[in-house]
Amino acid sequence: MSEARSWNAGRAEARIRELEKLPGALLPILQALHEEFGYIDDAAVPLVAHALNLSQAEVHGVIGFYHDFRRSPGGRHRLQVCRAEACQAMGCERLMAHVEARLGVKPGGTTDDGMFTVEPVYCLGNCALSPALMLDGRPYGRVSAEMVDSLIDDARRKAGGTE
Amino acid sequence: MKRRIFVPGDSAAVSVGADAVAQAVAREIAARGLDAELVRNGSRGMFWLEPLLEVETEKGRIGYGPVAAGEVSGLFDSGMLDAGPVAGRTHALCLGPTEEIAWLKQQERLTFARCGVTDPLSIADYVSHGGYRGLARALGMAGEDIVAEVAASGLRGRGGAGFPTGIKWQTVRDAAADRKYIVCNADEGDSGTYADRMIMEGDPFVLLEGMTIAGLATGATSGYIYCRSEYPHAFRMLQRAIRIAYDSGYLGANVAGSGKSFDVEARLGAGAYICGEETALLESLEGRRGQIRFKPPLPAIEGLFGRPTVVNNVISLATVPVILDRGAEFYRDFGTGRSRGTLTIQLAGNVRRGGLVETAFGLTLRDAIYGFGGGTASGRPLRAVQVGGPLGAYFPEALLDTPLDYEALAANGGILGHGGIVVFDDTVDLARQARYAMEFCAMESCGKCTPCRIGSTRGVEVIDRIIGNQERANNLQVLNDLCELLTDGSLCALGGLTPLPVQSALRHFAEDFQRS
Repeated sequence: MSEARSWNAGRAEARIRELEKLPGALLPILQALHEEFGYIDDAAVPLVAHALNLSQAEVHGVIGFYHDFRRSPGGRHRLQVCRAEACQAMGCERLMAHVEARLGVKPGGTTDDGMFTVEPVYCLGNCALSPALMLDGRPYGRVSAEMVDSLIDDARRKAGGTE
Repeated sequence: MKRRIFVPGDSAAVSVGADAVAQAVAREIAARGLDAELVRNGSRGMFWLEPLLEVETEKGRIGYGPVAAGEVSGLFDSGMLDAGPVAGRTHALCLGPTEEIAWLKQQERLTFARCGVTDPLSIADYVSHGGYRGLARALGMAGEDIVAEVAASGLRGRGGAGFPTGIKWQTVRDAAADRKYIVCNADEGDSGTYADRMIMEGDPFVLLEGMTIAGLATGATSGYIYCRSEYPHAFRMLQRAIRIAYDSGYLGANVAGSGKSFDVEARLGAGAYICGEETALLESLEGRRGQIRFKPPLPAIEGLFGRPTVVNNVISLATVPVILDRGAEFYRDFGTGRSRGTLTIQLAGNVRRGGLVETAFGLTLRDAIYGFGGGTASGRPLRAVQVGGPLGAYFPEALLDTPLDYEALAANGGILGHGGIVVFDDTVDLARQARYAMEFCAMESCGKCTPCRIGSTRGVEVIDRIIGNQERANNLQVLNDLCELLTDGSLCALGGLTPLPVQSALRHFAEDFQRS
């Protein structure tokens, strides 16, 4: 579960200091901030730029380039549904439609209760067991609509939520 | 005899319940007070049998699968820990000796010799199964001779481009610089491929050994592994393997007591397909947007941080140790024509027995898909196969006798790529697949060159008009022109090869573009 914690400049600076000496430190720093807060706050950009002697535009440019980086908090759970060819051959579009209907979100969106962010992903390397998805970094293969339902129900039940 | 019970920790096996099976095994061992040990091995690559549980016995390893957690207790009751299955009590899930399973027995596993066999994080296991023998030999050789050995083996880049590995290494070796780098491209983004992931999760030391040998050969003392973020489990395994290799003296300032140094660090990508292109990968490692670089200069001359750099795919590097261990001739004797050695085929998509097939180059698509794969998973007729990832061509049934080697696929308008084969049944609509190829290119384009950045979006629009039967004949002409422009005018393989799936769909499945 990716529990987004609220922005804290001190914690951000500490994470930046741990990594700023690495060669090519920008991606590792952005990944550390993403892990810490669940997204990259706008307030982090000048801190990172200053630490690495980059312009803020360069930092913005890098954050914007990579699909992994969010600019605002996502849901508590990250549901990545594979939409690449091997999964297409096994009906991933039907599966994605089911996820969208069940959660009431479009790919890339977060549910109103803040529980799930649904992300399309282009290959999880589980192509012999398609269709595949990943929930909070945990892989699932040969996924059916019923399995998706039970994963969603389990996550909600654990959170004490009702549906 | 203390029994070892193997349940894969490979993420594909985990995706169908291997963790729950492993927990059940651990519980049974404890509850029954047995003298047995649970090992989380990599996967043998027979994914339709996962979770595949194996027991080491006097008669070899006996396989059971696919096992559900609820069946584990019954397996113990059946006497699976006895010296082989007890007559009359053989469990329905018993597959017999794993290595006698025809699917596995017909393979020639060199790169994947240990994957699924050993404990991936045990150096002792690695060494007792032939690990670090290639490094030991390389440490006694001049760098020049290591390069010559790899060149003589005929090894070509397994990432997709098929460039001779020895020539790349020679270029880096000959370049004068204060520092040189070995970069492992583990950004395995092609759908239908998972060989890199399996090695990183199932036999990570072989990759570290290959990188170390590459360093000795070229004079590089520092290595990076760029692993895609969609592989969190592989990344964790790499990090653990690297730490163990340092602790055991196989990495660091004094590699295996030789006085030579080699360092490796694993870095994570951030979800950009283009970073599998070697120059975009280098940009990303340096902390920038993953935009491709103009070539020349080649990375072998000016690569990471402006220094001479070997950029090799995981499988290329993981194949180096066996070449050094058994010799160039041994490796070269596998294969056909200019495709030497073994190919790691990955059967994917709508296929009954999907998995990793390592065999000498030259197997036909038909042998792979029907012989190993057993046809479609759905049981419906096969209609198309895409070979070589999202930039690979779609082939119809009529071309299935094409051998899987670099030249034969190119002669039929395709690419071998990283060896992924995605099977589709007769429900596939190739006009939709062609549209997706353009859509994917538009999503993942780095934006550096216009044909790819703009052409891919125009491609989606044109295919939409063709599907929607608007001025169809004219738009088909526009699409062909556009494909020609992308092929000739793009800076890298993303824009340059996106026309392959599109034009192969048009050529072999024209009827899908003519629906009213």
